[in-house]
This record gives sequence, structure tokens and C-alpha cells, in this order.
Amino acid sequence: MTTQKPVTEGLFTTEPRLIGSECTACGEVAFPATAFCVRCGGDASKERLLADRGTLWTFTTQNFRPPSPPYDGPESFEPYSVGYVELPGELLVEARLTEPDPAKLAIGQDIRLTLVPYRVDDDGTEVLTFAFAPVEEEV
Amino acid sequence: MMEAVIIGVGLHPFGRFPGKPAMEMGTEAVRMALADAGVTWPQIQGGYVGSYEVANPDAIVGGLGLTGVPLRGVFNGCATAGTAVALAARAIETGEHDLTIAIGMDKHPRGAFAADPSVAGIPSWYGQTGLFLTTHFFGMKINRYMHDHGISHETLARVASKNFGNAAGNDKAWRRTPLSVEEILASPVLNYPLRQYMYCGPDEGAAALVLCRADQAHKYTSTPVRVRATALRSRRLGAFEVQSPSFPVGEPTPSPTVDASRAAYESAGIGPEDVDVAQLQDTDAGSEIIHMAENGLCKDGDQERLIAEGATEIGGRLPVNSDGGLLGNGEPIGASGLRQIHEIVLQLRGTAGSRQIPGTPRVGYTHLYGAPGVSAVTILST
Ligand SMILES: [Zn+2]
Repeated sequence: MTTQKPVTEGLFTTEPRLIGSECTACGEVAFPATAFCVRCGGDASKERLLADRGTLWTFTTQNFRPPSPPYDGPESFEPYSVGYVELPGELLVEARLTEPDPAKLAIGQDIRLTLVPYRVDDDGTEVLTFAFAPVEEEV
Repeated sequence: MMEAVIIGVGLHPFGRFPGKPAMEMGTEAVRMALADAGVTWPQIQGGYVGSYEVANPDAIVGGLGLTGVPLRGVFNGCATAGTAVALAARAIETGEHDLTIAIGMDKHPRGAFAADPSVAGIPSWYGQTGLFLTTHFFGMKINRYMHDHGISHETLARVASKNFGNAAGNDKAWRRTPLSVEEILASPVLNYPLRQYMYCGPDEGAAALVLCRADQAHKYTSTPVRVRATALRSRRLGAFEVQSPSFPVGEPTPSPTVDASRAAYESAGIGPEDVDVAQLQDTDAGSEIIHMAENGLCKDGDQERLIAEGATEIGGRLPVNSDGGLLGNGEPIGASGLRQIHEIVLQLRGTAGSRQIPGTPRVGYTHLYGAPGVSAVTILST
């Protein structure tokens, strides 16, 4: 049986939803969650689960294996894409995209949160990170 | 307030120099700058030395003379050299010194920068999962810009082709093989829409500038170059910057380049329409295009036509990166901005040889941008 674990705790729930924070003084939303506010300088916040749907604001591809460290993905490199996703009324978040082909990505397209195994540990545990997938057109 | 002028420039070639330490390159650049200014090392009263790789750049005194001169090491990402020259000029403007030096040197290993995200205040998962690459930002920023302002892939290639062509006429440049638009468009995509020959690479090199009080310049040179303004800005909330796991929704805040540029024009009393020759941070071909507008040199979207017309070529209306820019020279971080100023000084003196822009250029402009969202602008004039 395959076991899974998140790349780090406190980043996303299994639902999945991204775990952000909201400044208790001015309401500024942050991701990843932080107590410190870049808008008002406050130091108190509460947890806020971010929207799991948004639109693609921009994107690029990663066609070569990033330097390791810090990258700890598999040696056998498969190109991936990254982008900024606009979560309306919350923030723009940078993330991996599940679609590696830039011809199949478009600025403004609808996109939803998912979790992907980006590497597998020696004991077979899949390490999960968050990613956004284009929303299939509903027929 | 006293004005600072540049009276001497020195540039060690940029490229790869196996076995030659950065300190040695820096020392040679300083000796060139001193000779150009007609001054000796013991006359230098203070200076600022920038480097990413050298832990104690101020140790350069070991190769120049132990005169007790106050040298301060500076580092500010890709804006390091802009910071060094700003501080060297400031020391003259405030009356602290009459004769100062700005020095930059670096010797980066091959390949992309590989750093620990924590040193940039970024969580480790960001690097582990393959998001911590500055090249992503440049790909994403120009992709959005092309979408919003109608810039074509061919225009990206034209910028790269121009800069490699300019570098071909510069014996101190690293990448001196001219590349056609077709060759550039045929190179592999690294980060869509940017291709291999649209990126600069980290390399090695050094540069130095000698500055003095404007009222003493006649003692050294008949062609002083005035430092009309230096400005440095960091990112504001809402700006779309390199290495940002997230940023606020809404119309993005202007980049620190826009802020630094406006401050520099205002301080200089010079407008973008007065600029005769410019050096813009071209980490990639897209950055040069965006930076033309962010520095006020054109409107967003006008680049498509201007570049097709050849406006930014050496014979054009506003030559940009006449020495090949970062694409042609690579980026030894500590030295890069001083290399830009070196080129502007040659152009304003009329001594840039085969790269000399036509007419009598009077105003030159240099610009740096880098992580984590910092920009430095220098405006120079005859
Ligand atoms: Zn706040």
C-alpha cells in the first residue's frame, strides 16, 4: 500500500485547501501562513483556508532540472509548469501546474487546487505538494 | 551640496578566467581606473567594494597598498554595483571625501545560482518542490507582459540578437558570437517563453570607477562625467517580484524600477526624453523589453514597434545595451552595474570605438534589477 506525506506540515489540508492566514488587525491575507503582516506590520493573525478555485494569472515552464539542493525531486526529470493563480479577493499564489504543455495553458483560464506526488522516498512514500489543474470544460 | 563626477574607469574583461581569483581581477580593474584618472592609490580617500562571492571584498587593499583607507564592503543583490557607486558619490556630495572609488568583482561558478531559500527568508518547501528559481519570475513576468501588451516571440529574439551583436564588437565581452533571430528562436525553451539564448549567465569579471568633487575635476581630466542622480528602491506591497510565494490581488503596484527611475529623474532634473544612451538590466530578453517602459523610455507595448524599427540598436534613436548588456557580458553580480557605467562613460567621452553611438550623446542612463525586488538607477551626463 502506498503511503503519502506532505512536503511540510501547515501548508495545505487533505481536502485539499491551502492554509493561509489573515491579519487580525487589517485583514490582509497571506500564504504561506504567517503571524507578521506585510501591510500593517501587525504580529497577530488567524488561520484562513484559501479558495480552491481561481484563474491563471501567468505561467512559465521548467524545462531543466533545478539545482539540488534545494530541489529534491526525482533524478529522472520531467518538465513541469509553474504559475501564479489568482484566488479572487484573497491573493495570487505561486504553484506548480499539472499541465506541462504551455500550448494547453492560457492566461485567464479557470483552475483548481489539487495535490500531486512530486517525488517518492526510498521506502515508497509519496511526497505531496500542491498544484493547480486546468478545470475541464463541463459538457 | 558638492557634485560627484567620474574621472576614471577600469574594466577587467567579463567571462571565464580559470585559476584567476576575483580579487586579482578587481585589483587590475582598480589599476586601470586609477591610470585612467591619473591618480595613485594613496590619493584615494574612501571607497565601496561590492561582491557576492568574495567574503571580504575590502581585503582588496592587500593588492593595492595598505594606506588605511576606509573601504566598505556592500552587497545588494543585482543592485550591488549601483549601491557602491551611489555611496561613493554620496561620500563626495556630503563632503566626507574628495576622491573616492567604487569597485565590483565576482567569480561565479558555472550554471544557475543554487542557494538555500532560507537566506532569502523563504521556506524550504519552496525550494524542495522546484519553485525557487529566479528564471521562473522572468518567464512569468514577460509571459504576462506579452499577453497584456502585444509583444511577440520574435521581438524577444531581436533583443537577444542585438545584444549578442553589440557584444561581438566589444573585446571585453564574454559572448561575442553574433546570433540571428532565427538561431535564437531555434534554441531550446528553458522557461516558456524564454529560450536558452535569451538568458544571461553568471560569470566572472571586475570593474572600478574613480570619482572626485566636480570643482576639482579639471586637475585630472577634460572629460568628467557628472553623476546627476543615483536612486535605489526596494519592493513595495503588491508589486510582482522575483521569489514571491504569493502577492496581493488587484492592479499590481509598480516595480521598484519604476520607483527608482522616477526618483532619479526628479533628482537629476532630467526626463526620459533627454536620455541619449541607456544600459538596462537584461537578465533575459524579456527584462530589457519591460525595463524600457519601467524606466520611462517608452510606453507599455511600444517596444514591439520600436524594436522592429531598430530604435534600440547602436545607430537607433535610443541605443540600449551598446556593449552587449548582460546577455553579451554575463553577470558577475558585484561588477555588473559598474560595467554599465563604464560603457556610458566611454559613450559620453566619444571613445567607444566601433560601438560609439552617432551624434554627441550628453545623457546616459543605467539600471539594475534583482532579487528580492531591488532596483538601482544612475543618471550620468557630460
Ligand atoms: Zn495587517
